[in-house]
Amino acid sequence: MSLRLFECTAHQIKAKILSKEIRASDFIKIVFDRIKSLEPNIQAFITINEDEAIKKAIEIDKKIESNENVGLLAGLPVAVKDNICTKNLYTTCASKILETFIPPYDAFVVKRLREEDAIIVGKTNLDEFAMGSSTENSGLKITRNPWNLECVPGGSSGGSAAAVAADLSILALGSETGGSVRQPAALCGVVGIKPTYGRVSRYGLVAFGSSLDQVGTVSKDVRDAALLLRVIAGYDLHDSTSANVPVPDYLDRIDSGVDGLRIGIPKEYFTDAFNADVYKALKDALKIYERLGAQVVDISLPHTEYAVAVYYIVANAEASSNLARYDGVRYGYRTSKPNGIIDMYCRTRSEGFGNEVKRRIMLGNYVLSSGYYDAYYLKASKVRNLIKIDFDVAFEKVDCIICPTSPVPAFKIGERANNPLEMYLSDIYTIPANLAGIPGISIPCGFSKEGLPIGMQILGKHFEEKKLLQIAYAFERETDFHVKKPVLKISSM
Amino acid sequence: MKIDKDQVENIAKLSRIRLTELEREMFVHQLNNILFYIEKLNKLDTENVAPMAYTSDVSNVFREDKLKPSIPLQDVLINAPATKSGFFKVPKVIE
Repeated sequence: MSLRLFECTAHQIKAKILSKEIRASDFIKIVFDRIKSLEPNIQAFITINEDEAIKKAIEIDKKIESNENVGLLAGLPVAVKDNICTKNLYTTCASKILETFIPPYDAFVVKRLREEDAIIVGKTNLDEFAMGSSTENSGLKITRNPWNLECVPGGSSGGSAAAVAADLSILALGSETGGSVRQPAALCGVVGIKPTYGRVSRYGLVAFGSSLDQVGTVSKDVRDAALLLRVIAGYDLHDSTSANVPVPDYLDRIDSGVDGLRIGIPKEYFTDAFNADVYKALKDALKIYERLGAQVVDISLPHTEYAVAVYYIVANAEASSNLARYDGVRYGYRTSKPNGIIDMYCRTRSEGFGNEVKRRIMLGNYVLSSGYYDAYYLKASKVRNLIKIDFDVAFEKVDCIICPTSPVPAFKIGERANNPLEMYLSDIYTIPANLAGIPGISIPCGFSKEGLPIGMQILGKHFEEKKLLQIAYAFERETDFHVKKPVLKISSM
Repeated sequence: MKIDKDQVENIAKLSRIRLTELEREMFVHQLNNILFYIEKLNKLDTENVAPMAYTSDVSNVFREDKLKPSIPLQDVLINAPATKSGFFKVPKVIE
């Protein structure tokens, strides 16, 4: 059976649009029809941007008809996580406190999408302020995993991952603080990249943990990830933490293969702590790499078990400060009839934030407060350094590290919702990369007995995204996990 | 370290968050679980380890102190819950 158009990859659609086989405006209508038929089940989007998208598609068609130059993403639908600012389009962070916020400017990455003629189809759901691993903490709606509607899509970029997995968009942007692109990508069977800290500007990404936050990509395959990363990466004057390092063409020599490459397998990650299906999928994947000429080497990342503890101190300390700005003064929700300014602050925040956000702000303020700072924040910052040193030592021996993205496939909605700590442990394999600032990519590598996708992540040295993409592509070329599609029933609206 | 109801109330106050009695009890329980988990860091001797707050080696990013256009005032105020004469309006601060 040939692919239905909405099932195509970015590369396939781009070729059809550029060769005038299909018009961008016709394709975007197909995408919105798909959204209309499936969105009631999936609930991936907070805002749908149909009118602007159609206008933009018509503009691109005109450019193509008159043989003008078009951008790298000409006519390609992109869904944007709703914590990334889009000018004149709601950006809610899935929080009641920002439910009415319309940014007066575009984030750097959104500006780049527009410059390359991408079409923004809508804003996707997330855990409120990106705080969570299942998208269940959204203050606005629950997103469902396209592979099993009773399961979570992962999080916090759950809307972006679900949208791409259900073919509601061809590409999507997400954001990471502790695995929020890679983990939902794994749980939804798509490709997710968390770039090196500083590789992509965070200008216009709503701040959560500033020493950890990065914008990342969600796509159907590795080559599409390479294309989208090339567009959003690069130096930006507006973000002093963005790196002034040249952006390579990630597609160039992506088929270099893995012959002679050394792949590190951290023994701390391959314990009985994770699901048997995940374990088997990873073992099988490593066999493929060995067959392709790579050498699998045992390594140790001895401080792995401390990563989640470090993360919940560091990320929340930073969050407590970053979220102090939501006070009902300049934007967003304000309580009604406050009794003085302090009452306004307190009631605005108490009514506007959900429980997970409150919990993290309080934890952050606690670990920073006088008398506790040394015991918690300073201690965590030191252990963070040990975790980074673990990676430095490992990368002297190996070219990359491969491990599961998530210890389990998608879990049921509600299953972990009442136990914050258990939810935090969902990110045990992704958090270390954020703490160390290194890049990672999650790609589909199998399915569980229940038919849920399993993800494998490849971690590399700072700014070695190109190598990671080559390693990921070598596996993807040999397998068909990335082309499998969930069976979705169309519901009537 | 264990955290009690009074401490949770105090952090809530510092965080400008008001809790109901029920919420306070829930947060005492949940925060204690998390803090108990975090205690595992004390197993490590970090006496001679330098703290790391930041993973890249960029520091002191400077730019020319040149005047550039800002976002127009009316575009900024459009999101404000209350404004007056081009300012954000808040309840009376000084009695």
